[in-house]
Amino acid sequence: MESWANVIMKKAFKHGSQNTIDQLKTIGRELSMGTQGNWLSSKEYLDLVKAIGEAKSKAEEESIVMAEIEHLKKRIMEPDVPRKKMKEYIIRLVYVEMLGHDASFGYIYAVKMTHDDNLLCKRSGYLATTLFLNEDHDLIILIVNTIQKDLKSDNYLVVCAALTAVCKLINEETIPAVLPQVVDLLGHPKEQVRKKAVMALHRFQQRSPSSMSHLLTKFRQILCDKDPSVMSAALCALFDLVSADVKGFKNLTASFVSILKQVAEHRLPRAYDYHRTPAPFIQIKLLKILALLGAGDKHASENMYSVLMDVIKRNEPGKGDPGSNITNAILYECICTITAIMANSKLLGLAAEITSRFLKSDSHNYKYMGIDALGRVIEINPDFAEEHQLSVIDCLEDQDDTLKRKTLDLLYKMTKSSNVEVIVDRMISYMRTLSDAHNKTEIATRIIELTERFAPSNQWFIQTMNQVFELAGDLVPVKVAHDLMRLLSKGAGEDDEEADSLLRSSAVESYLQLLAEPKLPSILLQVACWVLGEYGTVDGTHSADDIIGKLCDVAEAHPGDNVVKGYAITAITKICAFEIGAGREVELIPECRSFVDDLLASHSTDLQQRAYELQVFFGLGADLVRKVLPVNGSGEEIEFDRELPFLQEFVDSALANGARPYLDENERLGVDSGMSSFVSSSRSHHEPSHGLRFEAYETPTAAIPSGSAAAPSSLLPDFEESVTELTRSVRNQTDSSQVDLLGPEVARLRLDGVQRKWGRTSGSSQPSLAPTPASEQQRRDSGVSEGASSNKESSPAELWDGDGAEPRHEIYSSSFEGKKVEREIPAEKQRLAASLFGGSSVQKGSSGGVKGGVKASKAAGNVRPGEKGVPPRPAAGSGKKKNWSAAEPKQASSSLMDLVDMSGDDSLPVHDAKASYDPFKELEGLLGVPSTAASSTSVGLGKSTMDFMSLYDSAPVVSQSASSLAGDSDVLSLSHRRSGGMDGANGVEGGLIDLNILPSLSPLAGLGELAQSSSSLSPSTGVSDKKGPSRQHSLQKDAASRQVGVTPTGANPALFQDLFG
Amino acid sequence: MILAALIMNTQGKPRITKFYDHVSVERQQEILRVVYSVLSSRSGNLCSFVEADDIFGPDTKLVYKHFATLYFVFVIDSAESELGILDLIQVFVETLDRCFKNVCELDIVYNFGKVHTILDEIVMGGQVVETSSAEVMKAVQDIWKLERVGELNPANIRGIGHYKNSRS
Repeated sequence: MESWANVIMKKAFKHGSQNTIDQLKTIGRELSMGTQGNWLSSKEYLDLVKAIGEAKSKAEEESIVMAEIEHLKKRIMEPDVPRKKMKEYIIRLVYVEMLGHDASFGYIYAVKMTHDDNLLCKRSGYLATTLFLNEDHDLIILIVNTIQKDLKSDNYLVVCAALTAVCKLINEETIPAVLPQVVDLLGHPKEQVRKKAVMALHRFQQRSPSSMSHLLTKFRQILCDKDPSVMSAALCALFDLVSADVKGFKNLTASFVSILKQVAEHRLPRAYDYHRTPAPFIQIKLLKILALLGAGDKHASENMYSVLMDVIKRNEPGKGDPGSNITNAILYECICTITAIMANSKLLGLAAEITSRFLKSDSHNYKYMGIDALGRVIEINPDFAEEHQLSVIDCLEDQDDTLKRKTLDLLYKMTKSSNVEVIVDRMISYMRTLSDAHNKTEIATRIIELTERFAPSNQWFIQTMNQVFELAGDLVPVKVAHDLMRLLSKGAGEDDEEADSLLRSSAVESYLQLLAEPKLPSILLQVACWVLGEYGTVDGTHSADDIIGKLCDVAEAHPGDNVVKGYAITAITKICAFEIGAGREVELIPECRSFVDDLLASHSTDLQQRAYELQVFFGLGADLVRKVLPVNGSGEEIEFDRELPFLQEFVDSALANGARPYLDENERLGVDSGMSSFVSSSRSHHEPSHGLRFEAYETPTAAIPSGSAAAPSSLLPDFEESVTELTRSVRNQTDSSQVDLLGPEVARLRLDGVQRKWGRTSGSSQPSLAPTPASEQQRRDSGVSEGASSNKESSPAELWDGDGAEPRHEIYSSSFEGKKVEREIPAEKQRLAASLFGGSSVQKGSSGGVKGGVKASKAAGNVRPGEKGVPPRPAAGSGKKKNWSAAEPKQASSSLMDLVDMSGDDSLPVHDAKASYDPFKELEGLLGVPSTAASSTSVGLGKSTMDFMSLYDSAPVVSQSASSLAGDSDVLSLSHRRSGGMDGANGVEGGLIDLNILPSLSPLAGLGELAQSSSSLSPSTGVSDKKGPSRQHSLQKDAASRQVGVTPTGANPALFQDLFG
Repeated sequence: MILAALIMNTQGKPRITKFYDHVSVERQQEILRVVYSVLSSRSGNLCSFVEADDIFGPDTKLVYKHFATLYFVFVIDSAESELGILDLIQVFVETLDRCFKNVCELDIVYNFGKVHTILDEIVMGGQVVETSSAEVMKAVQDIWKLERVGELNPANIRGIGHYKNSRS
């Protein structure tokens, strides 16, 4: 009976098979009944375990455990419990606590037991205390003394028990109490004790580096211990020390190398072998340390070359043999080391080979390691990924979640502008399958980062963001939504009225559609409201009442969400203003009327304010409203010059009239102490002044730096206005604080977007463009994408367009359809591979020359992206070029220029000029124009603002001081509009002025497809026309990233010579 | 570093739990629940690693092996080698098997203390301290010999600590 059970169990252990579980359970139980006498003397404990095991429900188990606890409580407190019994009680307590019940009543008994002279009891006591207590527990103080004594014991088993306990129970304060003893133990004759002492010291080092600083040399000494197992214990500590301070341990590099060499050469006793591999765990640790030491250090790295070679050679399995788990662990560690240090080409070649083997393995574990290794290798040689694209895609589609996530990590690392769409699409579909917030947030962050960095077009950016909002909802930071709104309003900065209006209407349509869905996250609603308010009625398809009705519905459906309500009412205000401005009579629909009435009585002052502002508009004339809230007024650049140079004249004259010169706030307030410093700090942070303010209000420092005596008579009109002015300035402070917080960041981001999206335009990066077009060519050759691009070859301009995002989209979407219809995996995978890696998996042997040739035609075609009328380039021409360049495959860079010359294209000079164009200048140009325009507008606006304010405040404006006051209000309105631009919700607070925030040259194309599937992603040609240049830039950027590895064949051992030769 | 070593059965019942940094009892239970739900949702021949940054913080992984009715789970950070830990689990289980002669779940339940002793010989303070199953056996047998002798005659215990032990 028993032997039969053993056989089955053994089998189960070997195969981990699940079908024997039930058998095992019953057999095991019978078995235990038969043999229990040998194992543990207490029947009670066995019964407890058995009862818990047989409990039918959680509740039943609970009641059993509770009864046990009561029982233990009673028994353990009895006087004179025999040692053996007590030991058993303690073990039972540990068991109870492991099941999740409180056993704290027994902690003290466990502590008491450590004092016992009997080693067995002592051990049990230590075991229980290490499991029960944390190092800051009050009872620890009762143990320190015992530990001190035990560390000095002449019985090494006692010492070992104490050392094990020390690792868990000693905190920073108690370290000094035991440190001397532990250090003494480093000289203990027993290697087991020395080993554990090293471990304990390592633990101290982790806990409190400061109290260990004088002992660092100890660890070096231990490295020379005559017993290898002690040395290996020291490696753990040294790994931590080296990662904290690489420089301090550089001089040990040679020692580590020689240790590794000896271990690899099998110089250690056989006892250290594991599955015939010499001390693999020591090798792994050493490799990890070497990786740290060799990173970025050519000299140190060179010392490692030969030993790394040796280790790889010794662990490399024969052909067809997958190798044992442990040799592969060492090999993987070798890859990590090689990719971390400054390795030579030979080692990198080996690393690449091993990675290939991992990826091709059947084992999921090796695949996982392979994907990880691939991520490391392609950081050095990006082209290596191409060779393994099919394996990567296999992993991506694997049912194993771990593998999938790891692969997405890898893809994230290798994202560039050419494959960003496919990768982000993959990430989004993965995000759909997720339910926990942690992973969702993580992947949403990554998607946002990638889209911001690589977005090929604005409309794609907007679509992607909307999807992220929809899926991740409130996990997305609000800033992302603001960025999206800004992008919507700014657009690409090109003026094509027709395209703009097209884009706008499609955006509106898509959001209207989206709003019909029942459950949407707040953040998406905010964006939708903003878009509807800004562009809802612009194209005339929807009447103001329609839009207003929709907005009211949104607000009504989310009664608890004040932010959405704020966006909605602001949007309604804008629409009304547009209507009034256009001279139409506006009558609020009843639904809206009641909504506004609600808000007028709202508890939120913000909502109230917005509602009141809406009401004010109905009393204003059309001309004024038009000025305040011009249609398409958003998106204009607002230049904010904090120096206020236009006031200089005024300041000078004031100074001439005897005014005191302006003192900096800090200087002025620094004279006083205490309170004033508080004031200055609070003011310098532009804190919203709902707190007490200690200084008087009479110095409007922002506008009138002089703060002179001459000014007040003209600058401060009557009391009433000054009061209004005050509230206004208060609010302004709030707003400007937002500007301060958001301003720089916002500006940076926008610039980033532009800059990155359009990439670098330098002549030098061109040659390396080769791979992408070449792969395009390959794809065409292999007939994968015939449908997508063949008819596009007729005109160069279209050809160029075809090289961008769209064809890939089509390929990709068609691949999706293909998947639905039939599982035609290879072709589909190839397509996916092509779109991911930019090359066909089948043909990777194509020469660089072909790439150069194709590139040339591309580059030429690319010159005038907008021009459709250019006669088609003769196909023979490009063919000829191809042949020509194929003759000199290695000189892609020089041949490219020649090629372009040879093609004799008249547009070439233009292209050259464009290529050498400084991107930053281009950028400045882009920014410059709107900003000057904006500054002139803003002055005008400032004036109109004054008019408006005078109405609003119903107080006369002193016109003599027009220049200064206009300046003042200009500043105000600037900050208003700024903040408004950043945050539509808060913008209105600042006053009505900011309702005209956010200009609109925005390219909303493609938004129509927003909520639709990816198959309809390809945008209209009108838009793609416009996108020509940016695509060019993105391709060039892509090329720059590929520049590192032009050599096409990944298997070539000379692969890395370009880099390291 | 190894953050925790867990043994639980396929029903999610903990058999051995050892956390190398202190974790409160409630949090332990939560961790066990999450870990179990992750492991039980993974079918047979998937890879033995699960990224656990949502349970144990960034850069952590579960490395697990499934034997009969038990999961052996080690929680590690990036300073440990995943494949290496897999072999460490192998060492652990081999040692258990040697100690208990065809170990099964019940051995582990009933010999709670012994299993802890074995684990302590292999992993100490979150670091791997011994990787040779034979060495672990030697050390553990020292202790158990003590146990047996101690039960017969407590006076003999003192002699046992001086047991000669040498490798190779």
